[in-house]
Amino acid sequence: MKKLPLAIVSVAVIAGSAALAQQKSTVPPGVADAAIKAAFPGAPEQFVPRLSQDETMKQCSASHNNPPKEVADAIQKREKATIEYPADGKFIGDWKKGEALAQNGYGMRFTDYPPARANGGNCYACHQITKQEVSYGTLGPSLYQYGKLRDFKEAEVKAVYEKIYNSHAALPCSNMPRFGTNKVLTIEQIKDAVALLMSPDSPANKD
Amino acid sequence: MKSTTAIFAAVCIGALSAIGVAIAQDAETEKAIERYRQMLKEDPWSNPGLLDSDRGEALWKTPRGPKNVSLEQCDLGKGPGKVEGAFAELPRYFKDADRVMDVETRLLWCMEKLQGFNAADLVKRPHPGGGQPVKELGAIATWIANQSSGQKFAAKLDHPKEKEVVALGEDLFFRRSGPFDFSCATCHAAEGLRIRLQGLPYLADPKEARKVVGEWPAYRVSSTHVMTMQHRLYDCYWQMRMPELQMGSDASVALIAYLTKQATGGEIAAPGLKR
Repeated sequence: MKKLPLAIVSVAVIAGSAALAQQKSTVPPGVADAAIKAAFPGAPEQFVPRLSQDETMKQCSASHNNPPKEVADAIQKREKATIEYPADGKFIGDWKKGEALAQNGYGMRFTDYPPARANGGNCYACHQITKQEVSYGTLGPSLYQYGKLRDFKEAEVKAVYEKIYNSHAALPCSNMPRFGTNKVLTIEQIKDAVALLMSPDSPANKD
Repeated sequence: MKSTTAIFAAVCIGALSAIGVAIAQDAETEKAIERYRQMLKEDPWSNPGLLDSDRGEALWKTPRGPKNVSLEQCDLGKGPGKVEGAFAELPRYFKDADRVMDVETRLLWCMEKLQGFNAADLVKRPHPGGGQPVKELGAIATWIANQSSGQKFAAKLDHPKEKEVVALGEDLFFRRSGPFDFSCATCHAAEGLRIRLQGLPYLADPKEARKVVGEWPAYRVSSTHVMTMQHRLYDCYWQMRMPELQMGSDASVALIAYLTKQATGGEIAAPGLKR
């Protein structure tokens, strides 16, 4: 008896969030852009482009990160086209460097200029990765034993590289930064992060 | 039935043991912080933010600025000099300025119009660095918020200009930008999530907004000073890899109006205490 109302509630919740996804902003076009430009009057020249949105940011913002299918497909295609692959065709770097990268949140804040060191990936801010690091965030899924659970398959290695380089190529309107496309991390750094997840000897894949 | 549950529980415990260890440690940390909060609640005078609130009261009443007058004729929305309960009805539309203003933006206005300060100077370095006390405007804002402590957020936000500003705030909350593609919603649009071990309030949900918005301005243990709401937003944009948010800008007021709208009915307990 108790199960039926629960099912009805679930359907209502799903229908409700679908309606929300379609909801358009009531703010006239250009108002938010103008407000943002005016809110950062002292922005140094290199920061000025950050005030504007590219097409993907616009589409994800407008749909509250829940784009209709045709928009999602367009985002995926556009973002996938930005991925650059390692010249040597190898996707796996050094997991030890990857671990250091995952711990490091340095880079690109207005207090980080001129840069004192390489940018970090700050993966642990949002993901569980190794069992040893218990201070991990939960904004993203757990990546513990990521490679092991996928049998370290070659196709999966490439897929991880692509996800880190540009998460929208796999999941349009993902919350994860486009680390490669937006030049947050270099190709070599992304290979190191791939190694952390996909090397059989990485602590991420140990019990 | 009971044995099935027991087996299911055993399987769960086994499968989730790794996560279990982490959760246990998180729970310990959370418990310790909660104990600290409880101790402070039992002795409300132990919140160092109250010293800044007192400083703010003195600053409000002292003749200052090129015109050497106090702020006692400043109208926070309930009439000149009326402070008690004023914060609970902010942000609001002010006819004299023809703008919606939050408490700090209104103070900028009063300090310029009444006391003759140059607003452009006041917004140059408006927030304290780590270890430094909250600046004068922030201390006054802390006192004003404290004068509504125990009351509930009751800003009407029904004037057409107020509605426009709240809608803009919601828009900005979801607006992604910068090299990391972050928006406020990246961290604050789902329940029960955290960065590292730090819990994140789900501010798009009124239920959670009501719990946390009323704690600002708050004394921050990690930076040992009071942080105002304008400073809190400035710090979020810093983390979002955006440039320096201007205090009193339309975007800052809009976000505060949106958050306050979300928190309507929530209790004000300012200054609060944060990690």
